[in-house]
Amino acid sequence: MQASIRLAIAASVLAGTAAAEVTPERLLNAADEPGNWLNYSSTYDNQRYSRLDEITRENVGGLQLQWIWQASSLEKFEATPLVVDGIVYTVQAPNDIIALDAATGRVFWSYHHENDPNGRTCCGLVNRGLAIHGERLFMGTIDAHLIAVDAISGQLLWQTQLADPAEFYSITMSPLVVGDKVMIGTGGGDGGARGIIAAFDVATGEELWRFFTIPGPGEPGNETWSGDSWRRGGAAVWNHAAYDPETNLAFWGTGNPAPDWDGSQRLGDNLHSDSVVALDVDTGKLAWAYQFTPHDELDYDSTQVPILADVEWEGRTRKGMLWANRNGLIYLLDRQTGEFLNGKPYVAVTWMDGFDEKGRPNQVLFPTAEGAEFKPHVHGASNWAPASYSPRTELFYVSHWEESASIAVAGEFPRTADDNPRQTGMGAISQLPFFNDDDEAYGVVRAYDPETLDQVWEFRMADITWAGTLATAGDLVFGGGREGYFFALDAESGELLWRAAVGGQVNAGPMSFEVNGRQHIAVAAGNALFTFALP
Amino acid sequence: MRFRVFASSCVTVGCFAVSVPALAQHATAEDIADGQRAFASSCAVCHGPDGNIIPNIDFSRGLYRREYTDAELVGIIQNGIPNTAMPATARMTVAQAERIVAYLRDLPAQDGDSLIAGDAARGREIFFAKGACDDCHAVAGQGSRKGPDLSRVGRERRALEIEDSILNPTAVVQPNARTVRVTTDDGDVVTGRLLNQDTFTVQLIDDDEQLRSFDRSDLRNFAFVASPMSSYIGTLSAQEIADLVSYLVSQQGS
Repeated sequence: MQASIRLAIAASVLAGTAAAEVTPERLLNAADEPGNWLNYSSTYDNQRYSRLDEITRENVGGLQLQWIWQASSLEKFEATPLVVDGIVYTVQAPNDIIALDAATGRVFWSYHHENDPNGRTCCGLVNRGLAIHGERLFMGTIDAHLIAVDAISGQLLWQTQLADPAEFYSITMSPLVVGDKVMIGTGGGDGGARGIIAAFDVATGEELWRFFTIPGPGEPGNETWSGDSWRRGGAAVWNHAAYDPETNLAFWGTGNPAPDWDGSQRLGDNLHSDSVVALDVDTGKLAWAYQFTPHDELDYDSTQVPILADVEWEGRTRKGMLWANRNGLIYLLDRQTGEFLNGKPYVAVTWMDGFDEKGRPNQVLFPTAEGAEFKPHVHGASNWAPASYSPRTELFYVSHWEESASIAVAGEFPRTADDNPRQTGMGAISQLPFFNDDDEAYGVVRAYDPETLDQVWEFRMADITWAGTLATAGDLVFGGGREGYFFALDAESGELLWRAAVGGQVNAGPMSFEVNGRQHIAVAAGNALFTFALP
Repeated sequence: MRFRVFASSCVTVGCFAVSVPALAQHATAEDIADGQRAFASSCAVCHGPDGNIIPNIDFSRGLYRREYTDAELVGIIQNGIPNTAMPATARMTVAQAERIVAYLRDLPAQDGDSLIAGDAARGREIFFAKGACDDCHAVAGQGSRKGPDLSRVGRERRALEIEDSILNPTAVVQPNARTVRVTTDDGDVVTGRLLNQDTFTVQLIDDDEQLRSFDRSDLRNFAFVASPMSSYIGTLSAQEIADLVSYLVSQQGS
């Protein structure tokens, strides 16, 4: 194994000196280039697993700061960088693309996108990252454009508008490139914007297909919306999709139905809100869909990053999809058919008490005029931060909240269930002191068995967390939280092995790359990108 | 026994007050209480607990930039005011905004409930003498730093809340006023007010007004304990409490 990695690294360095072009084949085989980070999660399966193994459980205690790049933006820093042959590409929120030297953190160039003043979001002018094809970088923008920028010169190549920002459309997610298509989805579901997923020609920006997450009149599922409520029903798409080359399907999580809290205006299951939709990449046609939370009134977006892994299930290997949902339930689905294989609460859950055989949750609690205590919190057990999976340990690593709750009042914004105002912050940059009591919500990184979905270990934090996780071949899991720590855990036991006080909350997923023959670990915290390596 | 006391500086109602339109008249007590909660979580951060921090706007006296109908105020709460610091609140439903408006309309009426007018100057004497509040609290640099500083308490909390804290201090403890006791591995016991904490560390101010930081791995025990403050019922008269509340409400920071 060691030898194959070394060979792969050598190959990637050679490729880098020859050309920076990132071909579709390189994206497809990104696992063979552990020194680079070519997709949002490195690989299409979103395992966010680095095959670099220089940093191990034995030596991780010696990690040292290499460089910090400070963004000149006070928006949340949610982007995972790409690394291509010694160059780091990231986003300074809302929509500046930055090219950095991976060895020094020095800036090669920056590209500024001027957003339409109508561009707005529910929860911060953020961006989660880029995609690359050839020498073109792609970014979605707050004013609902998709733009292509030259990766060498930083000059605009083309831009196209997906939808009207005046109708609350925005884009915050990272695009997905497969073959010669770049695909992306639209946010704005809290403002009622009907979710769109669209594909474009990487060279020209020509739109190739468009899929609405809410079926139109005459399409199956439209009947799950009363009256005309489907027109402004939300079901936005605002986090990264997974891609399965075997079936040529891409899997997209969808957001809450709108209006968020008032289900009386949209009677029915509200398909395909709070769902995963599997789309054929060539046609944009729906292959299957599974709805996690029918007729949601608690804003339980299903916009977590799907993780694809082959999982043993009832004696045979299934093409699985792992999902730790905002609604407090953890799932194993069959990614080829959408079949519900397993699901259960992974945190305190009060709103349902079981599933039927098709995986429909049995809801037992509903918002009331007086207010009903819903667990988990309206911001969820997990939210958008990417989880990870290690094929070595065969464990699923999720950072999320435990014991969180909201008081759901019929038709209204849910109230916080405790007196600590910090519990409600949507990941906003904050250096406020933290006064949590023992009985209030707290953050965890947990490892789950992908078959049983049972917890294997837990690392508990005092504060809640908006950070993702990274698993590595050194049997480490990197994570962080709102307290401003970035840390490494033993992937098998959860034991804390190393930590750094990065002075700002971690609002992004960590990643790993190699430069000058040394493995680096990078994470955005506060308003800066930090990199660490062994001496 | 319930006191309803307000600072004399807050009682100048009338000249700016707008007429109370229909919506507020139909609002129930529950609507107003709900509006108060929403105001505290969404609006007070800029407008202050009594809605009087922004110049020329004072909700507690019914003073707005101009006369607005309830529907106009609902629109402002939802959509903000362009080119000002007043933001849109996209997730606010009409019903919620209406309840905030109901609360705002009710605020001047609440002031009219005042039973006992307090005297801030007499309240200052009580703070530093008979009440001995300065044994734990400071105002403008005078007093102890053990308890929460009260130099801006008039901006941060409403008169009713201040009064409630004096009469029943353990009922509602602000998150930044929690008392903790830690026991180190060496057996030292330290009690103080929690200043901050995280997964690995704890920061507090101890009873000797010293800033202390502990690594949790060095602690045998960490526990929240009851507030050391006791009620002033029986210690101060109703008039003295009214005076003290007046003094504290007048603490608006510098």
